[in-house]
Amino acid sequence: MNRSFLLCGVGGQGTVLASRVLAQTAMDRGEYAGTAETIGMAQRGGCVVSHVRTGSGINSALVPEGGADLLIGFEPSEAVRCMKYLKPDGVCIVSSKAVQPVTAALTGKRLDSAEMIAYLKKHISRVIVVDTEAICESCASPKVLNVALLGAAAESGKAGVSTSEIEEVLRKRLPEKLIDMNLKALRLGAEAASEE
Amino acid sequence: MRELLMGNEAIAMGALAAGVNVVCGYPGTPSSEVVETVAKRKPDGVYVEWSINEKTAMEVAAGAAYSGSRVLVTMKQMGLNVCSDPLMCVNYIGIKGGLVVLSADDPGPISSQTEQDSRHFGKYAGIPVFDPATPEEAYRMVQDAFELSEKLGTPVILRPTTRVCHNCASIEIEEVKSPEKPEGFIKDSRWVIFPRLAYSAKCRLFEREEGLSDLLSQYCFNTTAGKGKLGVACGGVSAAYTKDVLAELGADCRLLNVATPYPFPSKLAEAFLDGLDSVIVFEELDPVIEDALTEICGRKGLRVKICGKRTGHTIHAGENTHFIIKKQLSAFLGIELKEEIPDFSDAPELPARPPILCAGCPHRAAFYAVKQAMKGKKAVFCGDIGCYTLGNAMPLDMVDTCLCMGASVSVPQGMYHSENDAVHFGFIGDSTFFHSGITNVINAVYNKAEEIVVILDNSTTAMTGHQPHPGIGKTMMGDISEKISIEKILEAVGVTSVRVADPLKLEEAVDAVREAASEKGVRCIIFRSPCVALFKPDKKMAVQPEKCRKCQRCIRELGCPALSIEDGRAVVEPSLCNGCGLCAEVCGFGAIEEVRG
Ligand code: SF4
Ligand code: SF4
Repeated sequence: MNRSFLLCGVGGQGTVLASRVLAQTAMDRGEYAGTAETIGMAQRGGCVVSHVRTGSGINSALVPEGGADLLIGFEPSEAVRCMKYLKPDGVCIVSSKAVQPVTAALTGKRLDSAEMIAYLKKHISRVIVVDTEAICESCASPKVLNVALLGAAAESGKAGVSTSEIEEVLRKRLPEKLIDMNLKALRLGAEAASEE
Repeated sequence: MRELLMGNEAIAMGALAAGVNVVCGYPGTPSSEVVETVAKRKPDGVYVEWSINEKTAMEVAAGAAYSGSRVLVTMKQMGLNVCSDPLMCVNYIGIKGGLVVLSADDPGPISSQTEQDSRHFGKYAGIPVFDPATPEEAYRMVQDAFELSEKLGTPVILRPTTRVCHNCASIEIEEVKSPEKPEGFIKDSRWVIFPRLAYSAKCRLFEREEGLSDLLSQYCFNTTAGKGKLGVACGGVSAAYTKDVLAELGADCRLLNVATPYPFPSKLAEAFLDGLDSVIVFEELDPVIEDALTEICGRKGLRVKICGKRTGHTIHAGENTHFIIKKQLSAFLGIELKEEIPDFSDAPELPARPPILCAGCPHRAAFYAVKQAMKGKKAVFCGDIGCYTLGNAMPLDMVDTCLCMGASVSVPQGMYHSENDAVHFGFIGDSTFFHSGITNVINAVYNKAEEIVVILDNSTTAMTGHQPHPGIGKTMMGDISEKISIEKILEAVGVTSVRVADPLKLEEAVDAVREAASEKGVRCIIFRSPCVALFKPDKKMAVQPEKCRKCQRCIRELGCPALSIEDGRAVVEPSLCNGCGLCAEVCGFGAIEEVRG
C-alpha cells in the first residue's frame, strides 16, 4: 500500500534523519521508498520540508497537496503552514514547542503554540500533540525531538510502521553512544500518542 | 544490493560503477555530495579532490581525460560559467578517457543567484546533455554518459536539478570494483589547439550533430507513449511529476519524454508530433524542449500548436510541482478537477523564517564589529557567496551588494574609482578567497584601489556542507598537506596592512576595523574563528532576569536565533545557544552571563 508522509519544521531540527528513517523502514519491508528534503540555504533556520513516499509505482518523491497520510509537524506554526498537504482523513502529529523566529524577536511578538495547535485541531480530525520539551528534557538532549515524533507517528497506526521497525533502523543508523537515548525518546513519543 | 541513495550519491555510485578514475570539482549546492560520496565509497585506484575552483577542476579533468582516465568533474550551474573557458576548448580538442561534466541546475532558485539552464551550454559547446528525471535515472545515465563520451571522444554534460540531486530513492546498485589503469598521455599534435585544428574541429562538431541526434532518438530514456490528438512533452524532474499526474487523472494522451535535450532526439519528436493538434511542454528553467519542438514544426511544416512558457501556458520561472502540473495539464486536456482545496485563509498569521546565520556564528560578530566601527561614517559593504551572504538580514543589514564568487573584492574597486569619499569593504569567506579572491586582491594592489578586504576565515566551506580547502590542509584523499596561509599570500601580493583578529572579542575586533579604516590603500582584516557547526561548544549564556532592564539591545542589534523576548526581557534558548558570548558583550548592564553547557 502506498503511503505519503510530510515532515515539516525549522532548519536544524532533524527532519532529514527522520524522513530517511521512515524511508528505510519501508525498504526493509521490500517496498520502494523515495524522499525529498530541503537542503542548502534554508537549513540555516528557514522552513524545511521533507517528503516521503513509499510503496510502488511512484515516479516522484514529492507529496502532492492533499496527498499526505501523515503530517509530522516538528513545530506547530510549520504544521499549520503545511496543512494543505494533508489528506482529508489524514493524521497530524505535532510537537507542542514553538520555535521563535528571529523576526518575532525583532517585532516583539511571540509565536503562540496554543493558537497554532487550536487551529490544527479545528481543521484536522485527529491531531496528536507531543510534549517534546518534556521528552527532550528527560532524555537530556534537544536533538531527540525527531525520534520522539517518529515514535508518536508509529503509534498512531497511520504510518504503517511499528516502533520496533523504527528501532531496528535506528540501531543501524545511529552511533552506538546515541542509541539508548534515542530509543528512550522513541518509546516516550509512542507513549504520548497512545495517551491521546 | 538496494540502497536508499540521494541523487548525488547515486551519481557518485554510478560513476564508480562505470570505472571512473578521477573525480574533481568545487562545492556548490546542489552538487556537493557527489565528490563527498566518491571520497567515502571509492575503491583503490580512484583519485578524488576538491579543486580550488571550477576552472581548475575542469583543467585537471581535461588532463586526466587526455591521459585516458575516466573523469567526473562536478559543480553547480554557476560553476559552469567559471569553467566555460576550458570547456569551450576541450569540446574542440576532444578527449581520450570519458569526461562527464556534472552541472547541477537549481530551479527556484533555491540556493543560487540565478536560474541558469545548463542545457544551453550543451548546445553552445556542441556536446551532448543528459537530463535525468529521478535519482535512479541519474545512476544509469552517468554510466551511459561515460560510454557515449568515450565513443565520441567528447565531453558530455550530465544535468540533474535540485530535486534529482537531493531526492533519495531506493536504488539497486552494482558492486564497485577498482577501475582499469589508464593508458597514460601519448604525445600527439591533436592536443594543441591551433586555428587550423580549431577549424576542422568546428566542422566535425557541426557535422556530427545530425547523426548523434538520430542515435539519441533510439536512447532508452527518450521515449514516447500513449495515443490521441493531444500531447505532453516533458523532461527532467517535470517528467516524473507529469507521469504521476497522468496516472492520477487517469488521462490518456501522447507523451514525449526528452532525456537528452541536446542533441535533441528529432526523429523521435517528429514521430511524436505526427497527427497531433497541440502539445503542452513541462520543463523547468528555460523553454529548451519547447523551442526544439517549435523548430521541428517549422522545419517540417507541421501544424501542431506548441504550448509552454512562451505561450503563457506554463510557469516562466520557479519550480514545477505536482500541483502546478495537475492544474495546467487538466486545463489543457479539458479535464475538470473535482476535489476542492480546503480553505485555510483564516489561519493565524505565520511567521516569516528567512534563513539566518546560526546562533553563535562568528560572521555575526565580524559584521557587528565592522558596523560598530563604521557607525556614522560613509561606508559600502560588498558581500560574496557563502553563509555570510546572510549578513544582509535585519538587524545586521551588512551586505549592500552580492554578485558572484570573488566579486566582494573587485566590486568595491569599481566603486572606489567612481566615488572615493566612502570606505569600501569587501567581505569574503576563506574558501571563496581561495576560489577567486586572490587575483582580485592583486588587481586592487596593482591598480592602486583603496578598500578594506575582510576575510571571514571560519576554517571551512560552511554553506555547502563543510568541505575542506587549501587553508585547512586536509585533502579528499585523506592526506594532510601544508596549510596555505592567507596572511602570507596577502603579504606576497603586496598588501602591507594585514590584521588578524578574533571576531568574538568585540573590542579587539572593532579596534582592528578602526585602525584599518584610518589607513590608505588595500587593507586586509582576517577575522578568524571556526564555524560553530565544527565543534561542540562547552559553555552557554543565560540572561539573569533580575539584571535585564528590558532595553532589548541584544535582540535589536544581533538577530541571534537563540535570543528572544519574554515579558519584555531577553531570554536565551539554551538548546540553540552556542555560547559565543557576543550578546553578553553587547549588553550594557552585564545581564547576560556564562553558564556551563
Ligand atoms: S545567545 Fe548570545 S551567546 Fe548564545 S549564541 Fe546567541 S549571541 Fe552567542
Ligand atoms: S554553518 Fe557556520 S558559517 Fe554558516 S551560519 Fe552556521 S556558524 Fe555561520
